[in-house]
Amino acid sequence: MTSLPTPAPGAKKLGLVIDLDTCVGCHACATNCKEWNTSGHMGPLPDQHPYSAAQEGVWFNRVHAYEAGDGDEGRTVHFPRSCLHCETPACVTVCPTGASYKRAEDGIVLVNTDMCIGCQLCAWACPYGARELDEDQGVMKKCTLCVDRIYNETIPEERRVPACVSTCPANARHFGDLGDPNSDVSKLVAERGGYELMPEMGYQPVNRYLPPRKASSQVKSAPKEAGPLPSQINNPLLRWMDKVLSR
Amino acid sequence: MKPAPSIVFFTVASGAGYGLLFWLGVLKPLGLLPANTLFGATAAIIALALIAAGLCSSLLHLGRPERAWRALSQWRSSWLSREGVAAVLTFLPAIIFLIALAHGETSLMLPAGLLSAVGAAVTVYCTGMIYASLKPVKEWHHPMVAPGYLLFASFSGAALLAMLSGFWGGGFFPALVAAALGMAALFFKRAYWASVDATPAISTRESATGLGFIGTVRPLESPHTESNYLLREMAFRVARVHAAKLRSIALLLGFALPALFFCLAIILGGGLAIALGVLAAASALAGLLVERWLIFAEATHTVALYYPTPR
Repeated sequence: MTSLPTPAPGAKKLGLVIDLDTCVGCHACATNCKEWNTSGHMGPLPDQHPYSAAQEGVWFNRVHAYEAGDGDEGRTVHFPRSCLHCETPACVTVCPTGASYKRAEDGIVLVNTDMCIGCQLCAWACPYGARELDEDQGVMKKCTLCVDRIYNETIPEERRVPACVSTCPANARHFGDLGDPNSDVSKLVAERGGYELMPEMGYQPVNRYLPPRKASSQVKSAPKEAGPLPSQINNPLLRWMDKVLSR
Repeated sequence: MKPAPSIVFFTVASGAGYGLLFWLGVLKPLGLLPANTLFGATAAIIALALIAAGLCSSLLHLGRPERAWRALSQWRSSWLSREGVAAVLTFLPAIIFLIALAHGETSLMLPAGLLSAVGAAVTVYCTGMIYASLKPVKEWHHPMVAPGYLLFASFSGAALLAMLSGFWGGGFFPALVAAALGMAALFFKRAYWASVDATPAISTRESATGLGFIGTVRPLESPHTESNYLLREMAFRVARVHAAKLRSIALLLGFALPALFFCLAIILGGGLAIALGVLAAASALAGLLVERWLIFAEATHTVALYYPTPR
């Protein structure tokens, strides 16, 4: 059914919180996502012409970089972009086949690739570019929030998080229940002023982005030039001057 | 958005087919068209052939065409599914209408014709709503998009009907309808373009990244050095350079010339009217192909905000 489920009161809203302050743009999340998911629930994630010019492929996560602002306020921000598991995802409601669905129990948006006809209307309906066509299979693919990891009882409990979260070396990605105001991720969002992307579209994304912190005042003033050590000054007169003036 | 030839052809061909079915279904039972049974059957067969050809073409756009039947299941939420259901259901009265026309069964013509007309209008409205319901594309998420699909389909259908009626010597009334709809379509399309051109997109790079609180946002590095599906499908930019010329061509070929030719056909009559009818219908379909290509090529998708604007 591509009609959206009515969320039960207190139902989980699983999602990601991405810290744009600490993301270093290393693409490890995107790489580990591809690695895990190509043999996962919605795999494979094929590549076209992988060993020649114009190689491209299906990725669930893509890391952009932006410059924001000018002068002292200007920042370079690394920006991972993936499915936001919206509360009102039009990618689901436009689906003519029922292949796209949103899970009532945790809000994850998935595609049943056995039913998908590859009409690509869901990709048109997603403002965020979260859905891509698998040109080998002729069906749509998207982030599963690693549904095959987070509930996987065959792997150690501490590893039951999405592949992108587990691999992030800067700890810029957090996973949890954003429907529970007392969860760690919800507290993090409240503390740091986490926001949603393109709220004007009305899709109510679940994922949140934490804004880059303000540049500290220390960074703004130019660093002081270090002087030579007394032992590095050969001229005795200058060494004496340096000693007097350094007092 | 990428103008996929299969979809451009589908919407123009099926639109014209449904338009022809609509006017045939309304005007034939009212006795405003040639009484000849061969005329009625020919017109209905051409309408159904155009519809079927368009629908087959739309299957070419699918990654898994053999699963197309599944698209009939989600009519509760999906306009694409509703379009599919409406298209299939419309075939039932349309085929009965065709049989009634071929046998001159006037008692059956009225109900079957009217039901076919309703089915045709509903199907084209669903097609329009597929596009009009997509918020990320500001040129489509516009109140004039679905009415536009209805107007252009009814115009091209009337043009075909006027041409066919001309062959059987009864083209006056359909030519009048086609000329009037052509003029209406001309002004409607101009008003639509004026409106979309004047409406800024509600989403910006700043809202797409949420970094507007720092200042203007400029893409620095792409996630990938080569192209990808998103860029090819939703950041198609070829048409923008020639958009102004193509718009003039669409207005001239699609609406202005056919309206003029039908007016001349009404005034001149005779053999010249038949030739003018053929010219007008051909021009209308060619112009609509350009118009439909532009509908896609000029449409901008919010996903392009994440990527650098090519220079």
